[in-house]
Amino acid sequence: MQRGRYKIFLGMAAGVGKTFRMLQEGHAEADAGRDVAIGYLEPHRREETSAQARGLEVVPRRRVAYRHVEVEEMDLPAVLARAPELALIDELAHTNPPGLEHRKRYEDIDDVLAVGIDVFSTVNVQHLESLNDQVTELTGVRVRETVPDWVLGRADEVVLIDLTPEALVARLRAGKVYPGEGIQAALDNFFKIKNLAALREVSLRQVAEDVESKRLVNSETEPLGTREGRLAAAVPKAVGERLLALVRPQPSSQRLVRRAWRSAQRLGTDLDLLWVKKPGQPIEGEVERQVTALRQLASVLGATLLIEEHDDLVAAAARVIRERGSTYVMVGESLPVRGLRRLREPLPQRLMRAAPTGVDVRIVAHRGLEEEAGDDR
Amino acid sequence: MTAEHALIGVALLLGLLGGYLLARRRRLGRPSERPEAVHQILLPFTGTEISRRALDAALRLARAEDATLMPAYLAAVPSRLPLDCAIPNEAAKAMPMLEAIEQRAAAQDVAVDARIERGRSYRHALRRLLAREQFDRVVVPATATGGSGLSGEDLVWLLEKAPAEVLILRPSPGDERRLAGAEAASR
Repeated sequence: MQRGRYKIFLGMAAGVGKTFRMLQEGHAEADAGRDVAIGYLEPHRREETSAQARGLEVVPRRRVAYRHVEVEEMDLPAVLARAPELALIDELAHTNPPGLEHRKRYEDIDDVLAVGIDVFSTVNVQHLESLNDQVTELTGVRVRETVPDWVLGRADEVVLIDLTPEALVARLRAGKVYPGEGIQAALDNFFKIKNLAALREVSLRQVAEDVESKRLVNSETEPLGTREGRLAAAVPKAVGERLLALVRPQPSSQRLVRRAWRSAQRLGTDLDLLWVKKPGQPIEGEVERQVTALRQLASVLGATLLIEEHDDLVAAAARVIRERGSTYVMVGESLPVRGLRRLREPLPQRLMRAAPTGVDVRIVAHRGLEEEAGDDR
Repeated sequence: MTAEHALIGVALLLGLLGGYLLARRRRLGRPSERPEAVHQILLPFTGTEISRRALDAALRLARAEDATLMPAYLAAVPSRLPLDCAIPNEAAKAMPMLEAIEQRAAAQDVAVDARIERGRSYRHALRRLLAREQFDRVVVPATATGGSGLSGEDLVWLLEKAPAEVLILRPSPGDERRLAGAEAASR
């Protein structure tokens, strides 16, 4: 049986209109003649949302006893038995009470998709596992209900429901997100413009990355024989930037890393650091200390430190550039060389020739004092 | 061959030898950059500015002793987060400061080897740094407003535990002069 299509409406925070948009699209599908049913809806006492749900069939919830109270949950067996063409299932990050088929709602959704039912669902960006720490640091609020990132990756379509922070705060003040008594508390805590702006940026980036990864996957399966095919394959490489900084275990590399990180921040992309170590070169003494420092710095910045053993710096770097899909390479300024080495082509030019077409190389000026130039192979 | 030719030959040889020795001395002239050097002065700080007096004192010492200055930005990681998590917000604060310090150090011909250290508190971050690196001196301003972020208790702890000479700068009106990261950015 063919698996159902999965569409996720992603938002930066509660109240941006994910559920509303999901219902709107559900109506559009129903108007187009498809069999649509609401598997689970969480209207959060929002009038607009409840109104939007009218006219769509709702699969009744089931009541489950949890800690001496009865809670209402999605009735997975009933949804499967009803077997609509499209099921609308709100809040995929929700944790089910013990005793149900699965611990998490996204696992319930997986069962629904497996029997060929299309699913529309919703989630906020802070629920994604890999972003949880980052969001917590940005907002100071840790979200307990998380979902693995592959849940988003498996979706056929991810729709970002975007709203400016100011517009969301206005909605909140107008009582369209929480009832009266919760408005001020929300404004004082989570719903600060600064928090929302940060979350919005994270959401936009997440969707951009998702689009990029899907393009890459698609381009791998497309034939490259035709001009169109080659162009299609080239597009993802141009869309997503990825930075690579060539470092050495020396203090001056820290400046290069700082520069590279700031560029990566501006571009909203990931940063890799590469040290090409001479074959057999021991990592001990001062080298070990500097490698540890680079590792620490990479960890602080959320960058990845790669150590490759190769006697040809350019060949090793070119291979890593291809493997990591780097679009931007940053190198430190070459130190003055002596003797016959002066006749060699400078490192940036050699890198440009060895790297795939379209990779930019940027030289970061050396500010520190003289260091050993021997590693510029 | 005349005596004149011989003298010219000797002069040329001496010139070549002198040039070689000078180049060799230049190449090896900075012991702090050589792998075996551990001559380091630690300057811990937090926040987005540092006491100009503390930085100048550390730079003067480093220059006089041909030591490497290690400015270290101390970041307190909340207990709800893993200690080794990425801290982009803190890093964004540290970067302009480290850049500004590096600029001043370069102008005074002092080698710099910067760090960003995480800990549950500033003292914890400092303890982790002291455990990993070797220092000859630690320079800290005594005032809590001097940018070190260390309390009086922390300074006492530092005096007792740091395996290095600790230089605590007496509070002074000059403490009002700060070096901020923005200075570097604006240049």
